Amino acid sequence: MITKTVTDVGAALEGLQDGMTLMVGGFGLSGIPENAIAELVRLNVRDLTCISNNAGVDDFGLGLLLQKKQIKKMIASYVGENAEFERQMLQGELEVELTPQGTLATKCEAAQRGFPAIYTPAGYGTEVAQGKETREFNGKMYVLEEAYKADFAIVKAWKGDEAGNLIFKGTARNFNPVMCGAAKITVAEVEELVKPGELDPNHIHIPGIFVQRIFQGAQYEKRIEKRTVREKN
Amino acid sequence: MSLDKNGIAKRIAKEVKNGYYVNLGIGIPTLVANFVRDDIEVEFQSENGILGMGPFPFEGEEDADLINAGKQTITALPGASFFDSGMSFGMIRGQHVDLTILGAMEVAENGDIANWKIPGKMVKGMGGAMDLVASAENIIVAMMHTNREGESKLLKRCTLPLTGVGCVTKIVTNLAVLEVTPEGFKLLERAPGVSVEQIQEATEGRLIVEGEIPEMEL
Repeated sequence: MITKTVTDVGAALEGLQDGMTLMVGGFGLSGIPENAIAELVRLNVRDLTCISNNAGVDDFGLGLLLQKKQIKKMIASYVGENAEFERQMLQGELEVELTPQGTLATKCEAAQRGFPAIYTPAGYGTEVAQGKETREFNGKMYVLEEAYKADFAIVKAWKGDEAGNLIFKGTARNFNPVMCGAAKITVAEVEELVKPGELDPNHIHIPGIFVQRIFQGAQYEKRIEKRTVREKN
Repeated sequence: MSLDKNGIAKRIAKEVKNGYYVNLGIGIPTLVANFVRDDIEVEFQSENGILGMGPFPFEGEEDADLINAGKQTITALPGASFFDSGMSFGMIRGQHVDLTILGAMEVAENGDIANWKIPGKMVKGMGGAMDLVASAENIIVAMMHTNREGESKLLKRCTLPLTGVGCVTKIVTNLAVLEVTPEGFKLLERAPGVSVEQIQEATEGRLIVEGEIPEMEL
């Protein structure tokens, strides 16, 4: 077995420097790597390009990095819930590249799986396709989208083992699996880190080959963005 | 009388057929789930990664690891499955999802749709809307026939930045059910008590009226 365990979040992010491109897992605040984000704030690395479906809220998730102006460019599909984001974008302090959600996922997957680019119908005929190569297949138009190139992919899983194998829970899975192995170094933080053999190989979502460093997060807030309930009876 | 949002959702629910996998957008489309007949088998997909989405949880049973594409807490029904965003959009792009219902700011008579951006206003992003409209074969738009200023949202040509081109198949508004055809908006049904003239008045794009137009059955 090849061991991927590192002692803590500090060791997990070793070598992460100013100006790097990071993939960060999560959808809204669900399944975000809370511990690694807190460490990025502490390290105060700057001029980051972040590829993540959303940009957090003002005081949680990637919003924490925005507050300290650590992000230079944000690549996301939806950035609605964040006033500081809006301010920086309107002031021209923050570069934003809005990308259709499925295209964003597939550009990660392409990087993970060794495809330099993919053709997608999403965005054809819209401003998203401007300046991009388009092509017809079977009578339908597609846009050429290149795979992302990132330095670090930072993901969060439910359980993992020392070999770097990962299991996700519920819809907290979202973008995390497609980012594994899609950057030079993949860091996985997990709620529960177990010994090899404790996870059933049949149940592994992401094999450890896609993960370079794994650690158990110290604690998880798992904040709910829109708590919605129904009445009993 | 023109329909309210629940009325639009109720009419659209009749388009949901047995055995359909359905993706519901945010807003009026979300309400459709409340009106689908309970004697047919339907599964709702949420593009953040669930098939078999159930209703909101009871208080105290919310789970941060179980949300829908609108980031609301939800439940999973028996037979549900979870998957990653790549696979989720794979089932959308691969046309495995039978029906997509979403809202719009504008629809053009050629089926173009605009629903993500208003120039000069804060842009929040398109989320999964561009993938959904470019991929689905069966797209129903749920919206009010006119905007707050009373201007038609069914246009000759969209004025706002597009989400997708030539993709909308059907539109259900507070006034009418319309089909997008190569010739323009074909009027299929009127909301109860709404006249063809009222619909014509509220439609800027080309409206095709053939024969008697029946009232919607809700």
